Amino acid sequence: MRGVVGIRVFGGAIILAAAVLASSMAHAADPEILASSCSICHTNSDQLNTAIPKIRGLPEASIVEMMRAFRTGQRPATVMGRIAKGFTEVEIKQLAAYFNAKK
Amino acid sequence: MPLLPRGAFAQAAPKVVILGGGFAGATVARFLRRLDPRVEATLVETNATFTACPFSNDVLAGLRDIRDQRFGYQAVRAEGIVVMNVSATAVDPQARQVRLADGAILPYDRLVVAPGIDFRWNAIPGYGETAADRMPHAWKAGDQTLLLRRQLEGMADGGLVVIAVPANPYRCPPGPYERASLIAHYLKTQKPRSKVLVLDAKDSFSKQPLFTAAWKQLYPGLLEWVPLSQGGKVTAVDPNTGTVSTDFEQYKPAVANNIPPQQAGRIAELAGVADRTGWCPIDPVTFESRLQRNIHVVGDAAIAGAMPKSAFAANAQAKVCAVAVAALLRGRTPSEPVLVNTCYSLVAPDYGISVAGVYRPKDGQLTDVEGAGGLSPLQASPETRALEAQYAEAWYRTITDEVFG
Repeated sequence: MRGVVGIRVFGGAIILAAAVLASSMAHAADPEILASSCSICHTNSDQLNTAIPKIRGLPEASIVEMMRAFRTGQRPATVMGRIAKGFTEVEIKQLAAYFNAKK
Repeated sequence: MPLLPRGAFAQAAPKVVILGGGFAGATVARFLRRLDPRVEATLVETNATFTACPFSNDVLAGLRDIRDQRFGYQAVRAEGIVVMNVSATAVDPQARQVRLADGAILPYDRLVVAPGIDFRWNAIPGYGETAADRMPHAWKAGDQTLLLRRQLEGMADGGLVVIAVPANPYRCPPGPYERASLIAHYLKTQKPRSKVLVLDAKDSFSKQPLFTAAWKQLYPGLLEWVPLSQGGKVTAVDPNTGTVSTDFEQYKPAVANNIPPQQAGRIAELAGVADRTGWCPIDPVTFESRLQRNIHVVGDAAIAGAMPKSAFAANAQAKVCAVAVAALLRGRTPSEPVLVNTCYSLVAPDYGISVAGVYRPKDGQLTDVEGAGGLSPLQASPETRALEAQYAEAWYRTITDEVFG
């Protein structure tokens, strides 16, 4: 169980300091942020259909495989090769999980 | 000053005011509401209708109806955002208040300043505030777009079109060259003895090798670019006579399009978030102003490191900012962002080119991720060019649907 420590400091103010700060937010990539640039081209809308394919609901493994193939150039693309190279393997897996879940 | 410490109001609904309802501002408002429905978001935007700049060059070239550029705020309001179509006239960063033109005061916990650009009047002698009535910039879409279009339509065959382009930084780095391209396309088909002359205050520009190659292929003899080092910089204009002067020449074109030097929208200066460059320095993780606490700046107004001033970038930054503001309102630390930009340009209706970038904070600035991003290939098939033109249209429909739909 996480302990909470109270300290009386100068001026009478009481500061409560959690023994374990919820600091995981500061270091883990937020999938909402990772994915935020994707929807500018890959619409999340149900109603809209464009020349750019939707990625919502796609199987995770497919998204990972496609992004890897864009990164190596194995999969031909106009712009996705240049973009995929900017993301790490870990981030690609997070993105795949995020979009797969966004049905 | 409140009588009780801020913490005593921790349970009250946080108030966020957003100044500017464009690609950045409207996006922040909507995403913030979705991330935290407690937030009371107020969007202050002078115009009741937004007219988008991307693809407005197609309107100039007679390829697109301006109605495809217009968007209202119904969908924004439907997400519970209060949209006030009025101007903000002052910001008090200490009291955390915005004053509106009608005298109303809006208190805020966090302020997002997303005013886009304003022009540096008289930075080019002769181009003051009223000059655009006669010599349009059309660098804010709407009436200016229609004015420039009418001037192009009214021009006789054999006329000269001059486009004056400023030095960096300015909104939409490749935009003037797309404009030159599409005007050339219009002239080639309708007024083939005419010419387009681009007078540039720079010696290089975004996607230059791609534009140059395409111009050679599509518009030989029709379009000329004069760089700074060849005397391209415009030193004065006269909107009454329509003359455009450089160090070496005085031109009297049939149509003169002057894209003036720019700065952050005026309210940024009034809020104390603009520096001496006229643009707004920000923290690359939260987009919080480096000059004023509790104020964030996104979109064209921000100094965003390597990210260009584009609608795509504005929307991407806005989402990162919304996540950061939501976290900060809860007393949490926002996570490190990664952002993408892709700028499409149409050299012709079926010939698209792009420049892309992926950005991360590094040493306090948004920096290009090495090995990522770059231009469309210099050699590509007509099918590839056509595909990029299609993707450009798809991007436009997607982004405008996300922001206003």
